[in-house]
Amino acid sequence: MKNPVNLKYTKEHEWIRIDGDIATVGITDYAQDQLTDVVFVELPEEGKQIEQNGNLCVVESVKSVSDIFSPISGEIVEVNKALENSPELVNHEPLEGGWMVKLKAINEAELDQLMTTEEYNKFLTGIE
Amino acid sequence: MKLLNEKSKTGSSSFNVRLLDIQTNIPEELQRVDLDLPELSEVEVVRHYTNLSKSNFGVDNGPYPLGSCTMKYNPKINEVAAKIPEFNIHPLSQHNKGALEIIYQLQQYLCEITGIHAFSTQPAAGAHGELTGIMIMKAWFEKRGEKRTKVIVPDSSHGTNPASVSLCGFEPVHVITSQSGGIDLGDLRQKMSKDVVGIMITNPNTLGIFDDNILEITKTVHDYGGLCYLDGANMNAMLGVVKPGDFGIDIIHLNLHKTFSTPHGGGGPGSGPLGVTKELEPFLPNPRIIKENEELKFEQSNESIGKVHSFYGNFGILLRAYSYIRAIGTSGLRNVAENAVLNANYMKEKLKGHYHLPYDRICQHEFVIDDSLMPNGITTNDIAKRLMDFGFHPPTIYFPLIVKGAMLIEPTETESKENLDAFIEAMKVIKEEAEHNPEKLTKAPLNAPIGRIDIVHAARKPKLRWHSK
Repeated sequence: MKNPVNLKYTKEHEWIRIDGDIATVGITDYAQDQLTDVVFVELPEEGKQIEQNGNLCVVESVKSVSDIFSPISGEIVEVNKALENSPELVNHEPLEGGWMVKLKAINEAELDQLMTTEEYNKFLTGIE
Repeated sequence: MKLLNEKSKTGSSSFNVRLLDIQTNIPEELQRVDLDLPELSEVEVVRHYTNLSKSNFGVDNGPYPLGSCTMKYNPKINEVAAKIPEFNIHPLSQHNKGALEIIYQLQQYLCEITGIHAFSTQPAAGAHGELTGIMIMKAWFEKRGEKRTKVIVPDSSHGTNPASVSLCGFEPVHVITSQSGGIDLGDLRQKMSKDVVGIMITNPNTLGIFDDNILEITKTVHDYGGLCYLDGANMNAMLGVVKPGDFGIDIIHLNLHKTFSTPHGGGGPGSGPLGVTKELEPFLPNPRIIKENEELKFEQSNESIGKVHSFYGNFGILLRAYSYIRAIGTSGLRNVAENAVLNANYMKEKLKGHYHLPYDRICQHEFVIDDSLMPNGITTNDIAKRLMDFGFHPPTIYFPLIVKGAMLIEPTETESKENLDAFIEAMKVIKEEAEHNPEKLTKAPLNAPIGRIDIVHAARKPKLRWHSK
């Protein structure tokens, strides 16, 4: 499974990527594989303030409905509107076109609590 | 199968509706001129609906081992009772005494069967009973001036349990399932505090296992002043054998449409009577039907959480459940539980070796298998679809959530040994096909009016209404 080194990960299988002062959040390849075919993503409102581990959005697959938790706190500056009509992007490109939310006003200290790629890969080995 | 709109042919209707000259203030631009209704002859309409009804599958067509739903056969004597014209009365009619007597007696029977003090027949379904129960738990702690916020729910619970908890403003807290299939006592003890309103237990649980530690569980919750709620969906396994009141339950709902053989599915309607201890009785929905000096009367309690259904619940369903209990009697009730448990264990043992049993132990009225032994990537979904070709309604699939690829099988007590054997045989054939002929499974159902449905496409691009071209 592909887990790029420039990302950080949570135990709930979200990924986060920092570009300057913006953080992009999505779910990992492992997560989309477990969920199976995603049929709907309920996105939050832009401008909303979110706590670390707060409910960021809801992903519905043919198998289940799951909450996605925010790896860090911040303000939602953009949501991926493409998912409204093409939720399958989460399955096909979980780390690129399937991103969900962009946050700003990032707290650096919270990032340190997240897993590195190496740690996340080890975590996945433990699950399987 | 075509829709009525697609079958429509202009001019083929067999009735002429007289146009009325209606005086109206509605502005012309808001009035519809063309209703776009299909035009068909009477015989075409009758055939359409008759063919639809023939494509349906119910317990009157064949076995329906849908786990946790108790799709037992509903004896027709229930329908005879429900059609007695004297019971077709308005609840406020002066001739309602017979109807009230039925409700009162049914409440008494349910009290006796569960070992619980008092029942309300108002809730219209299991989840409605749960909601009513959690509202009563809330009212109980509000009266005592205690602010509690959490309700413990096992990770094997029905999804309605945490939903009812959330709807009442409480936080559902999960306890994990132990390796033996019951509630993990250590985890429960860790999560208990004076902040816990109570626990919602399903026993036997959705793995079909009667919790060995049930007395210890209810004691642990009571030690912290919490209340114990039983989701009575699986009461079928305990009728005449165990009373939930004896293992520490304070609140319970029953599903008359499961355990007490009233119509189930297709809108029911259902009925989920709620029972409580003496301490909680004043909080039950108003009005209650009680008997004083041999006189039936309504009782209004100031502490009641209020009305949760018009009048006294779904009376026609109460009548059917009453008739079922009277028809089979006390020994019959115990037979129901014994045969339901025997049938499930028989089926489980016969499937062992062919299918993986995640919890390989004596079960109650239902049991779980999974698809971990299936070759060629065959999934639980494929097995379920193929079962339809053998004349069975598929069991519950992908539930409980704690078993990957779960198939929850509940044969019920009303299936004969021949039918149990036919199901077992079908499952063995399916296992063979998975090995040697997997495309038969991935393409199933092969004999149903509609074949394999693309559920992903249906969910991503749903067509919610018919559009004319």
